[in-house]
Amino acid sequence: MTILLFLAPASVLLGLIGLGAFWWTVRNGQYDDPAGDAARILNDQIDDRPG
Amino acid sequence: MTVVEADLSAFVGHTKGGEHRLELLVRGASCAGCMAKIERAVAALPSVSTARLNLSTGKLAVTFAGTGGDPARVVAAVEDLGYGARLYDPAAAEDQYGREGRRLALALGVAGFGAANVMMFTVPVWAGLFGQELHPATRTVLYWFAAMVATPCALFAGMTFFKSAWSSLRRGRANMDVPISIGVLLTLAVSFYETITGGRHAYFDAAVSLIFLLLIGRYLDHKLRARARSAARDLLALQAPVARRIDAAGLERGVPVGQVAVGDRLAIAPGERIPVDGLVTDGRSTIDNALISGETIPAPVSPGSFIHAGALNLGGRLVMRAQAAVADSALAEIARLMEAGAQSKSAFVRLADRAAAIYVPVVHTVALLTFVTVWLVGLGPHEALMRAAAVLIITCPCALGLAAPAVQVTASGRLFRAGVLLKSGAALERLAAVNHVVFDKTGVLTTGRPQLLDPPDATVRYAAMLARASRHPLARSLADAAGDGPVADDVVETPGLGLEGVICGRRARLGRASFVGVANYQAAETELWFAFDGETKVRFRFADTLRPDAARTIERLKALGLDVEILSGDTAGAVAGAAAAVGVERWRAGMTPLDKAAAIASLRRAGWRVLMVGDGLNDAAALAGANASMAPGAAVDASQNAADLVFEGEDLGAVVLAIETARAAQRRALENFGFSALYNVIAAPCAVLGLVNPFVAALAMSASSLIVTLNALRMTYAGGRS
Repeated sequence: MTILLFLAPASVLLGLIGLGAFWWTVRNGQYDDPAGDAARILNDQIDDRPG
Repeated sequence: MTVVEADLSAFVGHTKGGEHRLELLVRGASCAGCMAKIERAVAALPSVSTARLNLSTGKLAVTFAGTGGDPARVVAAVEDLGYGARLYDPAAAEDQYGREGRRLALALGVAGFGAANVMMFTVPVWAGLFGQELHPATRTVLYWFAAMVATPCALFAGMTFFKSAWSSLRRGRANMDVPISIGVLLTLAVSFYETITGGRHAYFDAAVSLIFLLLIGRYLDHKLRARARSAARDLLALQAPVARRIDAAGLERGVPVGQVAVGDRLAIAPGERIPVDGLVTDGRSTIDNALISGETIPAPVSPGSFIHAGALNLGGRLVMRAQAAVADSALAEIARLMEAGAQSKSAFVRLADRAAAIYVPVVHTVALLTFVTVWLVGLGPHEALMRAAAVLIITCPCALGLAAPAVQVTASGRLFRAGVLLKSGAALERLAAVNHVVFDKTGVLTTGRPQLLDPPDATVRYAAMLARASRHPLARSLADAAGDGPVADDVVETPGLGLEGVICGRRARLGRASFVGVANYQAAETELWFAFDGETKVRFRFADTLRPDAARTIERLKALGLDVEILSGDTAGAVAGAAAAVGVERWRAGMTPLDKAAAIASLRRAGWRVLMVGDGLNDAAALAGANASMAPGAAVDASQNAADLVFEGEDLGAVVLAIETARAAQRRALENFGFSALYNVIAAPCAVLGLVNPFVAALAMSASSLIVTLNALRMTYAGGRS
């Protein structure tokens, strides 16, 4: 069962990476304008860089 | 609206990077095309470095490179494209609401992460509870892993509940967050105790998943309010931000409205709003009082006339003497009444809080009794504590926390698709209880715009060529009736009288009877005369027409068992006619904004639960004072701000739909509370008898939340469909 001591932290680490990515998207304002972002991605004439 | 050359630099804020930043509220932009047009036009202005429009909130953020940025040019650029633009005060621009949303989203993410990862360690333990070989040492190791993930996640994500519970306790009350916080903290404490002593009953998974499920409810509730807030606009934005003061030397200078003092001389150009209450000293014009009194007919003003703040100058340039500062203007008086109304609304106790008022004492008493009884029966203090804790954990109001928000979000989604915007869940509950509906006439039962009565004929085509040059409501209506077409040459507008211009080489006039040359005629305000020079005079009559489905809507409201009444600021004759046409027996005319608010207050004192439907500034205070309120999307900002629901389009049936949806939502929410109560009645005895283990707790809690959510989703398809 000693393998647990390696696998458990490894899985938590993977989860933390996902959480970190989520934290970044929130801080980056990616949920601030769902309607606008949906339109930006489809229109070449609009600046579609992340705000 | 004309942009006045004035110092608007007060609206420019600074970013952390030292850039100059400006925020505007843009109206009418609703598609990708609008967004592209606006962003490109503004970004092309000199010294603008970036322009970004948030389509969800309608906010345009502009950053300037250097110090040469001119807010007035940005506003003009957006307005030239045909959208409304207003400047945000940089102090208010820092959006408290957006930060709360981010914080909730982050808490939800952390709780989700915690719930998913703790499950990894507790699923093997659950398997071990049913006889499979799981050595106590392995179990303890797994519990320690679970503790390491669950504790920080639960404490961070649960902060929303802990803070709210703490502030509620300090005020000597217990809201739903108190048992939630006690439940979570107790669960963690008991679980640590069990893990340290090598016991079986650790509930780390329950603590985190409880918070995760509850945060879903909280997040939904926040989304609902945020969506509504983007629709609500500030009353003070209605006032012209800049007034033009004439100094002693006769020079005009733009000053912020807040600096206008009593006795100042102010100039008002055609198309501008009157900044403060005052007397006209110079010039003649007509003003549109629709926002103030609900009257559709423009009133002529001349030197000596009193004019109210917020009225629109339609005709010529006026010079006025301020009689009140902004804070004392009629508009500010209405704002104060609205504030008072909003306070009476906040006294409303939400369903969830009423449920909490019963739930908290009952559950905590049961837990205490369990502890005492189990100890007295002789099972020892450890077993007594474990069972009492199990009672609190298993009855933790997870389903109660979701019961109302889930229903309200589904209901608001359904209303949103029908073009009705709901501002808060509490509003839906208040609307469900309504038994008396009060309508404003102008703009609610009627379209609020004068319409040409006679069928358009050839003359309309010519008259429209003059009418297109004016912003007078009657002229606009005439132009609308004629459709697109050319404008006459050399059009000159004489304020308060009419228009003169050249059509196909012939001189023609459109306006009041006397202006067009009709002698000895009692002129009415709702008609226009038109004639070519020296030819027959043609009369156009206008009237404010009822919305097509007004009568049907009243009928349906009565069928729902509601009383209907009309309160209007218009004249008795006009109101009586409209009331008879839609089938309303009770009506009152000639009411001022304060009369309306007082009428609503006395109805409420008499025990009625009132829904107010209104659109004008004269309705704002009444809207704020009613139990629930609705405003059409064409209403003034202040009324949209004061109303709980805003409906788009020409269809008055939205009122019926909203009431039906609110009632259906109320039924669903009550069902959900009923189910939660039933669940607790079954689960609590199990906990008292010691039949609960971590697996049973996790299963029961998720199942109850799931059932409540599924029941809420039924709102999307069933209940009160029209």
